[in-house]
Amino acid sequence: MQTPSELKYAPSHEWLSEDGTVGISDFAQDQLGDVVYVELPEVGRIVTAGETVAVVESVKTASDIYAPATGTITAVNDALSGGPELVNSSPYEDGWLFKMDVTEESTELTSAEEYAAANN
Amino acid sequence: MTPTSEQTLKRTPLHAAHLRAGARMVPFGGWDMPVQYSGVKAEHDAIRTGAGVFDVSHMGEFRITGPDAARFLNRVTTNDVAKLKPGRAAYNWLPNDTGGLVDDIYVYRVAEEEFFLVVNASNIEKDWAHLQQHAAGFDVTLTDESDRWGLLAVQGPQAEATLQPHSSVDLSLQKKNAFFATKLFGFDVWLARTGYTGEDGFEVFTDAAEAETVWDKLLAIGLTPAGLGARDTLRLEAGFPLYGHEFADHIHPLSSTYTWVVKNTAHLGAQHIQTAPKQKLIGLALDKVPVREGYPVQLGGAVVGHVTSGTSSPTLGHPIAMALVNAEAGDADAYDVEVRGKLHPARRVALPFYKRA
Repeated sequence: MQTPSELKYAPSHEWLSEDGTVGISDFAQDQLGDVVYVELPEVGRIVTAGETVAVVESVKTASDIYAPATGTITAVNDALSGGPELVNSSPYEDGWLFKMDVTEESTELTSAEEYAAANN
Repeated sequence: MTPTSEQTLKRTPLHAAHLRAGARMVPFGGWDMPVQYSGVKAEHDAIRTGAGVFDVSHMGEFRITGPDAARFLNRVTTNDVAKLKPGRAAYNWLPNDTGGLVDDIYVYRVAEEEFFLVVNASNIEKDWAHLQQHAAGFDVTLTDESDRWGLLAVQGPQAEATLQPHSSVDLSLQKKNAFFATKLFGFDVWLARTGYTGEDGFEVFTDAAEAETVWDKLLAIGLTPAGLGARDTLRLEAGFPLYGHEFADHIHPLSSTYTWVVKNTAHLGAQHIQTAPKQKLIGLALDKVPVREGYPVQLGGAVVGHVTSGTSSPTLGHPIAMALVNAEAGDADAYDVEVRGKLHPARRVALPFYKRA
C-alpha cells in the first residue's frame, strides 16, 4: 500500500495535498474494489470539514467521501466521468477527485506515517 | 465489523482456504464469507468466459425421507415434486400461509421416497422450523445435514471441460438439473448440473471434511476462485431473484415472472398465491449512475416502487437493477430512479439482462 509522505490523510481515507487537491488513499481504493462511478461536487460549493461531498461507487457499494477541510470547491476531475477506474489505477495522481480553496483543515488529519500505521 | 461480531460469525469448511487465497472476508447472513479474491470484475469475467468456483457451503441441506415425502413436499412447496424423477433437481419455493415466501430452494430427488433440499444460508433455522411445523400428520423423517456437507459451485462455459478429466462419469451425458454420484479427484461426491450464475456449471456436494482438499484441487486445475461480489453481479445479470431482495415473507412471489414455479394447487398459502400480485418485478438499465436496493422508482413524478437489487453490470458495461413497482405502473418504457435526492432516467428492459449464447 502506498501512502505518499507529502499528503495528509483523514481517518475516513481521503487525502489532502498542500495545494488543496483531494482524493482517496491506495488503501481505500483497494478496499472498495473496481470503481464504476464517481459523483463529484459542484464547483463553487462551500463545504465544511467532515461533510459528504462526493460518492465513489464500486460494483458492490456506494461510499461517501467527506471533505477533509472547510473551504470552497474550485475544480473537479472531469476525467473520472469517462474513466472512474482511474481512482483504482492512480489514486494519488490521475484519480484525484476535486480541488479546494482550503480555509481550515479538519483537525482529524494525520501524517502518512500515522495513517499507514492505523491501516495495516 | 467489530471483533465481537467476527467471533460469532459461522465459518464454512473452506474458511482457512479463503484466507490463504487472499480473500476479503465479509459478514453475510451470519457467516464470514469471501466477497472477492482478485476483484469482482475479474472473477465475474472468468465465469462468463471460462470457469470459476464459489464456496456455497454456507447454504443449508435437509434430507426428507419416508412414504409421504413427495406428498409432504407438495404441501410445503409450490412446484410439483411428484413429477421430479430420481436423479433430477428443480428450483422451488417454500410458501408461507400469507402469500409470501419463507425461502426459495432447490429440491433434488434422490429416490422415490428420498429428497434433498438446498436452502439459503440466512434462512436455515427459519426453514427448518417451518418444515418441522408442517410435517405433522405426514409419515416423513427430516434431517438437517447442513454441517455435513461442503458445497462448491463450479460455473462457466468451460466447467464441463475442466471437470471431465477428474470425474468418473461422462459429464456430457448429464443434462441441466441432473443430480448424480461420481468420483471427483477420487473423492465420492454428488454433482448437480445446476447453478445461479446464468452459465452452465455443476454444484459439487462433498463431505465437509474433504471440502478443502477438493477446493484446492479445483483451484489447481485452473478454476478461478470467486466470491459473493461476483456471485451477485452474475445472478443479477441473469435476472435471478435473491431471497431478501426480490423475495421475502411479505412479497407475492408472482410479482416475478417465475409463474412456472407454481405447479401444484395443494400447497400452503395457495389461496393467496392464486390472487393477482399487486406488484411487478421489472428490469431497469441506466447510463452511468449505479442504483442500489431501496432507491425510490418514479413514474410521471410519483413514486411507484423501489429498487430491490442494483449493480454496475460488468458484462454490459452499464448499471442494471431490478425493481418492484405497482403492477399498474409496470409496463412503462421509462422511469426515474432517485439517487441521493436527484432523479436519473432509467429505461425498462426485459429480464434477464444477460442470456448465454
